[in-house]
Amino acid sequence: MKVKVISRSTDEFTRERSQDLQRVFRNYDPSLRPQEKAVEYVRALNAAKLEKIFARPFVGAMDGHIDAVSCMAKNPIYLKGIFSGSMDGDIRLWDIASRRTVCRFLGHQGAVKGLTASTDGRVLVSCGLDCTVRLWNVPDPSVMGCDESSGGSSTASAVYTGQNAYRAVDHQWGGDLFATAGARLDVWDHNRSQPINSFEWGVDTVVSVRFNPGEPSVLATSGSDRSIAIYDLRLSTPATKIIMQTKTNSISWNPMEPLNFTAANEDCNCYSYDLRHLTQAKCVHQDHVSAVMDIDYSPTGQEFVTGSYDRTVRIFSKNGGHSREIYHTKRMQRVFCVKFSGDASYIVSGSDDTNLRLWKAKASEQLGVLLPREKKKHDYDEAVMKRYKHLEEVKRIVRHRHLPLAIYKAQILRRTIVAAQRKKDDRRRAHSGPSSVQKKPLRQSKIHGQIE
Amino acid sequence: MVVRAEKIVPAAEQDEEEVDVNVKKYLRGESANLEVLQDKKLKGELAVKEELYKRSAKAAANVEKWLLPSEGGFLESEGIEKTWRIKQDAIGKEVDILSSKNQYDMVLPDLGPYKLDFTASGRYMAIAGRKGHLGVLDVKDMSLVKEFQVRETVRDVVFLHNELFFAAAQKKYPYIYNTDGVELHCLKEHGAVSKLQFLRNHFLLASINKFGQLRYQDVTMGKMIANYKSGLGRTNVMQVNPYNGIVGLGHANGSTTMWKPTSPNPVVKMLCHHGPLSALAFHSNGHLMATAGMERKIKLWDLRTFKVLQTMPGHAESLEFSQKGLLAASTGSFVQVFRDGSSSQNYSRYMSHSMAKGYKIEKVSFRPYEDVLGIGHSMGWSSILIPGSGEPNFDSWVANPFETTKQRREKEVRSLLEKLPPESIMMDPKKIGTLKPPRKKEKPTRKEREEEMEAAVEAAKGKKLKNKTKGRNKDGKRAKKKQEVVQNAKKQFIEQNIKENEELSKKKRKRTSEEVAELPKSLQRFAKKKAD
Repeated sequence: MKVKVISRSTDEFTRERSQDLQRVFRNYDPSLRPQEKAVEYVRALNAAKLEKIFARPFVGAMDGHIDAVSCMAKNPIYLKGIFSGSMDGDIRLWDIASRRTVCRFLGHQGAVKGLTASTDGRVLVSCGLDCTVRLWNVPDPSVMGCDESSGGSSTASAVYTGQNAYRAVDHQWGGDLFATAGARLDVWDHNRSQPINSFEWGVDTVVSVRFNPGEPSVLATSGSDRSIAIYDLRLSTPATKIIMQTKTNSISWNPMEPLNFTAANEDCNCYSYDLRHLTQAKCVHQDHVSAVMDIDYSPTGQEFVTGSYDRTVRIFSKNGGHSREIYHTKRMQRVFCVKFSGDASYIVSGSDDTNLRLWKAKASEQLGVLLPREKKKHDYDEAVMKRYKHLEEVKRIVRHRHLPLAIYKAQILRRTIVAAQRKKDDRRRAHSGPSSVQKKPLRQSKIHGQIE
Repeated sequence: MVVRAEKIVPAAEQDEEEVDVNVKKYLRGESANLEVLQDKKLKGELAVKEELYKRSAKAAANVEKWLLPSEGGFLESEGIEKTWRIKQDAIGKEVDILSSKNQYDMVLPDLGPYKLDFTASGRYMAIAGRKGHLGVLDVKDMSLVKEFQVRETVRDVVFLHNELFFAAAQKKYPYIYNTDGVELHCLKEHGAVSKLQFLRNHFLLASINKFGQLRYQDVTMGKMIANYKSGLGRTNVMQVNPYNGIVGLGHANGSTTMWKPTSPNPVVKMLCHHGPLSALAFHSNGHLMATAGMERKIKLWDLRTFKVLQTMPGHAESLEFSQKGLLAASTGSFVQVFRDGSSSQNYSRYMSHSMAKGYKIEKVSFRPYEDVLGIGHSMGWSSILIPGSGEPNFDSWVANPFETTKQRREKEVRSLLEKLPPESIMMDPKKIGTLKPPRKKEKPTRKEREEEMEAAVEAAKGKKLKNKTKGRNKDGKRAKKKQEVVQNAKKQFIEQNIKENEELSKKKRKRTSEEVAELPKSLQRFAKKKAD
């Protein structure tokens, strides 16, 4: 006879000293965990509820400007710094961590409409309605940290005056050039007092300009003639241009896929385009109920943030037709500019109420250093929520957002308008000859033409 | 000398095979068929998922093979020895002292017969003597936690979610006590309960009373979840299926019914025996049920097909499956343990044990995570060793026999947060989170019916007519014949249409006549006559 029975001595299975950690034994056998799917579902439900409870996206406001914030720029080499320009000509450098003004750049006589920093973070370029382009030396971040209280100021290192008001400026990635937009598109060098190149295409104003992050000599502009134009600085003439139904307020390139850019449009939507294929948008991002004023991609290229005239900030995934998140507060007015922070975890918005607001990119994210156990728990919760996101109850909780009444009503109105338009189109099609009126998807219907 | 020819398998290959078998266990079912998918994006996503599942199953299988601390017990015979002839004394001599302490008889002749229940970790045991003796023991340390007398009949005892609380079915009502012996609740609504069961994941206390009423009570909020009449008389055969939380009841007419708290009728009703049912047990894998009838038969059922797998002769007043799938059956003062010999669900005798004559066994219960069988009988309770019955490796997060107070508290909070709703009890618990199959439309729409008719007409037109004899094969006759065929094809559809229309108009007429009838008699002649 051979016999063996289970025999566990207490010493082997418990800790030796009271200071030791408790010993943990794992057995992954599914038969020890009956109804694991139901348990997982309940965990997913709990995770969704907890996420809702902990969704507190607003971190703080930075006040100091005395007029509406019109533009912002990230400091590419210093994560905590952000520049903001306001309608009264004031430019400030903020320290996000302490939410204080570190430095002021005084000199503009009229509203500042464009701000950008060079890739090395040394030079700040601003332009405004006073027909000047100003170059500023940015104080060293290490110095900036120590004299927080003083709030130093600096004067422009160069002032270039043009004939017309400037509406936007953007600096080339990794180069010495920057481009200003106004009555025409000017390309400047740091060391020249005159633009080294000018482009004019049509008579209307250019309202925004953005350099491509991958190809330093390619840039996109949008104009008040409802156009989006692509320029290549190596060519003497502009490359291509599309005319949309409404004006595009701002453009942002996807930093991870530099072929793609997204345009923030007056008609409440954002349109993602592939540079090679401008006849139709890749994706239409709808949800705003008023003109989208500014857009900025996350450094990961997976998401972008938009600020709108409807007083909200929304976050979209790069291929999501609807927003993932909406941020609003009672006091936030029309949002004119938004920026993702350099580590993709914060969002800064500047609005009409003279404040800059700091938001978390993930509303329920736990801030600070996480313990490995906490991190594991968050990962697990996210995974089960993803697995059961299609189930009714989980979906309802995850999707629900409380909206201000004005936006809620405007959304209903907008839905009605869109439905009525669709109905009208359907009827028109039904009462005309077969295939004489084509149904165009939204991705194409808002594009009125392309000019090479 | 006889040399047996055996296929020699290299060790590495053997290991691989073993791992493969285990991987299957951790995969939890077949992988999705991606070939039929049209959507490329979804296909890619699912392919990544499947790959991940495969990898994690393999990792889990490797953990099982290499990292688990203990191995299971076994009993092997040598030569002509038979395992069921081996006595407990012989086993006790062979095993270590710690294990041999698990063989004992507790003789308490006055207050028996005793019922037993173990906690999920197998560390604590609750005892209930018929004549009012209640107690909780720490069976690992062999110490008494608490015992007290309630001075009335106690029919059953069951632990709630941990060892601090237990429920006892007493003469008139079930009560909930804590380990200090304090009566916490008297559950008057349940009435005189003959059997209690606790659903650990759902925090539900299920009871069957002497009128055959099945009740579910949520012990966290105290809410009565369900109260159903079984309608088949009194019974004390009740068992929870640990796989899906469904409660099985055995009745005096030989049938078994299975219940869930969300439906007032049994989910399953099956006739298992010709005589009254005396015991019922569920295997933890959920596919196997054992029933014992008074007509000297023990049957094993496959719960996927509801068919008998095996019939064994013998009485059983108490049946119980162990974690590893051994089946214990007791009758009189004799316990028999069956084993699934070749994992093909063919149970055969494994061990047997007889108590002293006159001891009537009330309840057999395997101790989880140990090779121990607890026996409650008329003269107290006993404990014997059944090698290979318990799961050798416990999981600290599921049930920990060495749990500290702090761990117990933490676990209580966690399990309360993860309390399952009663709706999650269903025959196939894997269905949660999957798609509902598309429901068939009951009535075809008018358009569909028209299309169907057209198709039938087309088919009739295309049918080739037989060549008839001379004179009957003229073109005129053939055309007529063809028309007839088409008419016949149409006929059934038209008839159906007419029938439906008639029904509709009949309903309409009925409605109008009712409307007319509602009016006072003097006004009825002014009622608007509708044209049919």
